Amino acid sequence: MWSAVIEFITFREPNIRFVVLGSIFMGISAALVGSFAYLRKQALVGDTVSHSVLPGICIAFLCIGTKNTPILLLGAFIAGWLSLLAVDWLIHQTKIKPDSANAVALSTFFGLGVFLLTIIQHTGNAAQTGLDKFIFGNAAALLKNDVWLFLGLALCTIVLVSIFFKHFALLSFDRQFAVSIGYPVKALEVLLTSLTVIAIVCGIQAMGVVLVASLLIAPAVAARFWCYNLKKMLVVACSIGALGGYVGAFISYLAPAMPSGPWIVVALFFIALASFIGAPQKGIWARFRLGQNNKRRVQEENILKYIYSAQEDGLIKEYTITPQCLAELRNNKTLEAIEPYKRLCRKNLAIQKGSAYQLTSKGIEYAKRMVKVHRLWELYLAHYLHLPPDHVHEDAESIEHIITPEIEKQLIQLLDNPSTDPHGKDIPY
Amino acid sequence: MLISGLWIIVTSSLLAISTGLLGCLLMLRRSAMLGDAISHSVLPGIVMAYLLTGQKSSIALFVGAIILGVGVSLMIEFIQKRFSVQNDAAIGLSFTFLFAVGVILISIFAQDIDLDQDCVIYGELAYIPLDLWTTPTGLNLGPRAFWILLALAIINISFVGLAYKELQVSIFDPLFAQATGLHPQVWHYVQVVLVSLTVVAAFEVVGAILVIAFLVTPAATAYLISHRLWSFLGLSCLWGITASIGGYLLAWWSGGTIAGAIALIAGIQFLIVLIISKIAKSKA
Repeated sequence: MWSAVIEFITFREPNIRFVVLGSIFMGISAALVGSFAYLRKQALVGDTVSHSVLPGICIAFLCIGTKNTPILLLGAFIAGWLSLLAVDWLIHQTKIKPDSANAVALSTFFGLGVFLLTIIQHTGNAAQTGLDKFIFGNAAALLKNDVWLFLGLALCTIVLVSIFFKHFALLSFDRQFAVSIGYPVKALEVLLTSLTVIAIVCGIQAMGVVLVASLLIAPAVAARFWCYNLKKMLVVACSIGALGGYVGAFISYLAPAMPSGPWIVVALFFIALASFIGAPQKGIWARFRLGQNNKRRVQEENILKYIYSAQEDGLIKEYTITPQCLAELRNNKTLEAIEPYKRLCRKNLAIQKGSAYQLTSKGIEYAKRMVKVHRLWELYLAHYLHLPPDHVHEDAESIEHIITPEIEKQLIQLLDNPSTDPHGKDIPY
Repeated sequence: MLISGLWIIVTSSLLAISTGLLGCLLMLRRSAMLGDAISHSVLPGIVMAYLLTGQKSSIALFVGAIILGVGVSLMIEFIQKRFSVQNDAAIGLSFTFLFAVGVILISIFAQDIDLDQDCVIYGELAYIPLDLWTTPTGLNLGPRAFWILLALAIINISFVGLAYKELQVSIFDPLFAQATGLHPQVWHYVQVVLVSLTVVAAFEVVGAILVIAFLVTPAATAYLISHRLWSFLGLSCLWGITASIGGYLLAWWSGGTIAGAIALIAGIQFLIVLIISKIAKSKA
């Protein structure tokens, strides 16, 4: 086992080198074009093209009668291109919706392909054996020539995307604007589509027609969770594509009976899943934490504020109160929970005294500010929206937590250093 | 030859009725590719069911496939809503993953399993008349696939017939449906179950990929020329049946595969109807 792992990592065997490098380059170019397809909301174009190349391969074979790879690939390229043209035309010129347009093109082209394939098989031409294997793909059978082809393709795609980066970006985000400022949008679309079809046609050789769609979609979707910047997203997507290719090749090397294509897909899927969950800022764990932190902050700020106003009303002494008392005072059972008080203590905003909690001077300052913005807002609503005093409290309760010092300053200025709120209470400064 | 040809046409027409009805509903929900996703994702379910029971008994396969079919649509919805990923990307991500798992399972248990990728991808209509259903007393009842697809066609027709109004409201105005106490989600899942059922049945006869030709192409053809739900549904079934007949004849004449020929004819029908409706529109 370990010797196999080391053998794999050190690339000692040329066969490993071909498969790994081929998978990585394939992953990179597919991720690159897939990112643009994803941003243009055409994520499933990979699926459509991959199924639609079959009749092209069959017709090319029928024309030349041998399995000449470049000519078959050319046929595949033309058929894939035509299918995209058909989808595009259906979406823009008929009332057929994008999802159905894709499905119709895919099934008709593939149907024709399968039909032709069986006819070829019945002709008894010996050269046809293995033609149908094209549908399934096999990365483990990648040869030296394929790797050079993939490398060339990946480099070509990277160079073209970096040259036309600005154009492709605009095309993906705002096609109308690209048209209006005079970009050759049609030509750019032709270029992007061609790159996409080439990447898919090459991908099929290793992945098969069904799974190749994943090479385009998964890295792009995953990368979208890591960054907001297109350049960074492309880099991340390429890295994910390459990583997926590497892992897939690795697993299929450890277990030789395993096809590498499906493992690449599985690896990519889990990378995407990990990104959905764990990515900073956009991942659901980060978003969940953000929401929880907000909720906690609101809770703490409310407690500070309540203690402050209780002291103000002379109901307690020295800003000291037990959670039970506060809950009773505010008629709110949730205030009995002890965790928020503990958090206040940890932040040095309060100290524990027996079962009661006392605000520190820092805590009093904080509480004072909360009460201040609360009352400023109440006054603002009463003054400018002409709301009656008994209608302003609820709104202020929620907005007080998000008022920034800048807004606070503006409010004070706007209300001309007010001294009392609509209920007649002092605004503490 | 004539009798078996008839069996093939009748059986694929029954399939076309089921898929024609479901395809319309999928199309109206803008989730035509969901059919494609389900048809690919049932693969691991079928393999697992096959491994667990050790036989190609239809019921286990159906159960496995339904679990996966409903599973993948839940998965797509989950990815889409929870992680806010756009719908098509969620579809592409989910079905490729499940299909990959299926292929991996097949390759792990290759010795114990008599399924291969070829049969999954293609299916063969020409085998329908060979797989006969006979009673223990030896009475020949005709092809097994015919009875399965007949049952499915009846289920689907009764579903659409009984729930016509509910479907209409929940497809065209889900919010209104919700407000009036119908549960659009429930109808959606019933539909997903039916799609999975139908896809598995179709699987053996036309294969995983061409199911989508049955599901969407006739429906899309009908969509071009119909303005009412009932005519949409009816025409969709009709186009499926004509494609089945035309496809069989084409395959019989040329010696190619029947499923591929049906998909091709369905596509050609779509093209012809599209051109005619375009011309009619430009004249009007």
